[in-house]
Amino acid sequence: MAETGTNATSKGDSITRAPTAFEKHGNTAFRLASYLFAWMTVLLVLYIAYTIARQAVPAMSKYGWGFVTGTKWDPNTKEFGVLPEIWGTLYSSLLALVLGTLFGVAVAVYLSEHYLGFLVFSVLKLFGVQFHPFWGKLPDRLEVLLKNLIELLAAIPSVVYGLWGIYFIIPLIRPLCQWFQVKLGWIPIFSTTLSGPGMLPAGIVLSVMIMPTIAAISLNSLLAVPPKLRQAAYGLGATRWETILGVILPTASKGIFGAVILAFGRALGETMALAMLIGNSNVISWSLFSPGNTLAALLANNFAEAGPGEIGVLMFAALILLGITLLVNVVGAFILDKASSGREGAKR
Amino acid sequence: MSLAPQCSLNSVSNGDKDGVVIDCDVRELYYGKFKAVRDTRIAIERGKITAFIGPSGCGKSTVLRCLNRMNDLVRGFRFEGQVCFQGTDIYHNSIDPVAVRRYIGMVFQQPNPFAMSIFRNVAFGLKLNGYKGDKAERVENALRRAALWDEVKDKLHDSGLSLSGGQQQRLCIARAIATQPQVLLMDEPCSALDPIATRRIEDLMLELKQNFTIVIVTHNLQQAQRVADKTGFLYVDTTQGGRTGYLVEYGETRQIFEDPVEKYTQDYISGRFS
Ligand SMILES: Nc1ncnc2c1ncn2[C@@H]1O[C@H](COP(=O)(O)OP(=O)(O)OP(=O)(O)O)[C@@H](O)[C@H]1O
Ligand SMILES: [Mg+2]
Repeated sequence: MAETGTNATSKGDSITRAPTAFEKHGNTAFRLASYLFAWMTVLLVLYIAYTIARQAVPAMSKYGWGFVTGTKWDPNTKEFGVLPEIWGTLYSSLLALVLGTLFGVAVAVYLSEHYLGFLVFSVLKLFGVQFHPFWGKLPDRLEVLLKNLIELLAAIPSVVYGLWGIYFIIPLIRPLCQWFQVKLGWIPIFSTTLSGPGMLPAGIVLSVMIMPTIAAISLNSLLAVPPKLRQAAYGLGATRWETILGVILPTASKGIFGAVILAFGRALGETMALAMLIGNSNVISWSLFSPGNTLAALLANNFAEAGPGEIGVLMFAALILLGITLLVNVVGAFILDKASSGREGAKR
Repeated sequence: MSLAPQCSLNSVSNGDKDGVVIDCDVRELYYGKFKAVRDTRIAIERGKITAFIGPSGCGKSTVLRCLNRMNDLVRGFRFEGQVCFQGTDIYHNSIDPVAVRRYIGMVFQQPNPFAMSIFRNVAFGLKLNGYKGDKAERVENALRRAALWDEVKDKLHDSGLSLSGGQQQRLCIARAIATQPQVLLMDEPCSALDPIATRRIEDLMLELKQNFTIVIVTHNLQQAQRVADKTGFLYVDTTQGGRTGYLVEYGETRQIFEDPVEKYTQDYISGRFS
C-alpha cells in the first residue's frame, strides 16, 4: 500500500501536464459556438414575431380593438372579430388542462410509487418466481414499458387524434351528455345538447394529447424528491396517501406546475385535432356541449381561401394567439419564481 | 393494536420480562436472494438506551429497521422470525405496519426535514394522529426537549431547510418525539454532525431516556460507551460464502467494553480489525 503510494507520486511516472494551446482554443471556440446558437434562437423568435406583426399592421389600424371584441367573422361583409375564438381557445385549453393534469399527475404518481412493480412482484411471488433470472426482471421492465407507452402518446399525429375523436369519442360520450343535458340542463355548463363536435370532445382529446407532457415532467420531479423525505414520512407512521399528498406532491409541486404551464402552451396552439373536433362556429357559450372555435383552428380553416385583404386579418389573429401563449408562459414563470422562493434548497 | 396476536417468544433468557419493550428475534432476513442477517436475538429494555455496534455492512441498520417494519418498503424483503412489541407480534398478518411506526418512531442518519416550516415539520405527526388539542403547546414542548426551542422560537414559520445540519437533526428528533412514541430508533443520528452538536444530541438522549426507550446504531464506540446501557455487537459472517450479519454478543455496555466474552468483540472494540 505505502509502496504504490510513493511510486505514483515519484517524478518519473507523473503524466500531468498543462493544457495545450489547442485545448485552450478549443474551449473558447466551443463557448463561442454555444453562445451563437443560443442567441440565434432568441433572434429567431423575435424575428418571427416581427414578421407576423408587420403583416398584421394594416388590419390592426383598420379594425383596432373592435377585432378583439367583435363576434362576427364574415369575409363577404368584411366584418372580422375573434372574441369567440379567444373564448374557445381559453375554454378548450383550460378544460383540457384540468382533465390532463388529473390524468397526467395520477399516472406520474402511479409510476413513481412503483405500484405496478409491486403488483407484478406479488403476482410473481404467487408463482414463486419473483427472483427468477427472467421473470424477476419483469416488474422493472413493465414499468419502463408503461413509461414508454405514455411517451408514445405524444408521438401520435394530431390528425389521427382528430379522427379518433370524431369516430370514437363523440359517439361514446354522446348518450352521457344527453343525460346530463336532460337532468342538469339548468346548470350553464350542461345547457345545450351535443350534436356532434363541441367543446367537451375537443377538451377530452386535447387532454389526452397533453397528458404525456404532464406525466413525463411530473414523473421526473416526483422521482427527484429525495428518498429520505419519503422515509421520514413513513417513519412517522404516515400511510402511503398521507405521504404522497402531504410530502411528495408538495415537494415536487414546482416541477409539476412547470409541466402544467408547458402543457397549457401546447394546448393553446394545438390546431388540427381541434379544427376537426370543435365545430368551427362562432359561438360564445358556457356549455361543455356547445360547438365553438379556436384561434388556431380559425387560422387553419381560413388561410387557404384568404384574399389579399384577409391575410392581414389572419396575421392579426395569429399575433393575438402568440400574445396569449407568451402571456401564459411569462405569468407561469413568474408564479413559479414566487412559489419557489419560499422553499429554497428543497433538494438539499 | 386492539387485536393483539400473542407473542410466542416467552422464554426471555434474561429474566425480567416486564422490563422488555421489544423482544426481537431475527432468524433469517433476506433482501431478494441476499441473506443479510441471521440469528439475532435482542431484548430491548424499557427506559434504557441500547446501542448496536459493528463493522459497516453487518446489518445494524437492517435490524433496527426491522423493529418498526421500515424494511417492508423494500421490494423483495423477507423476514423470518418474530418481533414482539409489548407482547404483540408486529409481523403478524393482522398488524398494519403503519400503526407500528406510530408507536415506534425513527430518526435517520441524514437529517431529513420536510420542505415546510419548522412548526409544520414538528406538527406533521400530530396531524397524522388526528391530534385535536393544542398543537402549539405540543410543538413547543417537543422543540424544548430536543434542545432547539431557544434557537428557533422566533422563526417557527421559516423553512425547516433553513436550519444548519445539527439543528435540522434536532428538528427531526423533535418531530419524532412530538407524538410521544414509546420507542425511538436512531440510526447513526450524529454521523453528519460536528463534535459539539454530537455531544448535545448525546445529552439529549440521556434526557429523553426518562420517557422513551431508545435504540441507537453508532460507529462511534466512545458514543456507545457514553450513552448506552446495553450494547449489541454485530459482525459479518463470510464463512458460508455470503456476507450475512449476526449478533455476536449482547449485554451491559460496561461488560461488552471491559470484559467481552467473544473474541470477535474483543478484537473489534480494541480496533484490531482490518
Ligand atoms: N434496501 C436494500 N436492498 C438490498 N440490500 C440491502 C438493502 N439495505 C441493506 N442491504 C444490504 O444488507 C446488508 C446490511 O446493510 P445495513 O445497511 O443493515 O448495514 P449497516 O450495518 O447499517 O452498515 P453501515 O454501518 O455502513 O450503515 C448490506 O450488505 C447491504 O448491502
Ligand atoms: Mg447503517
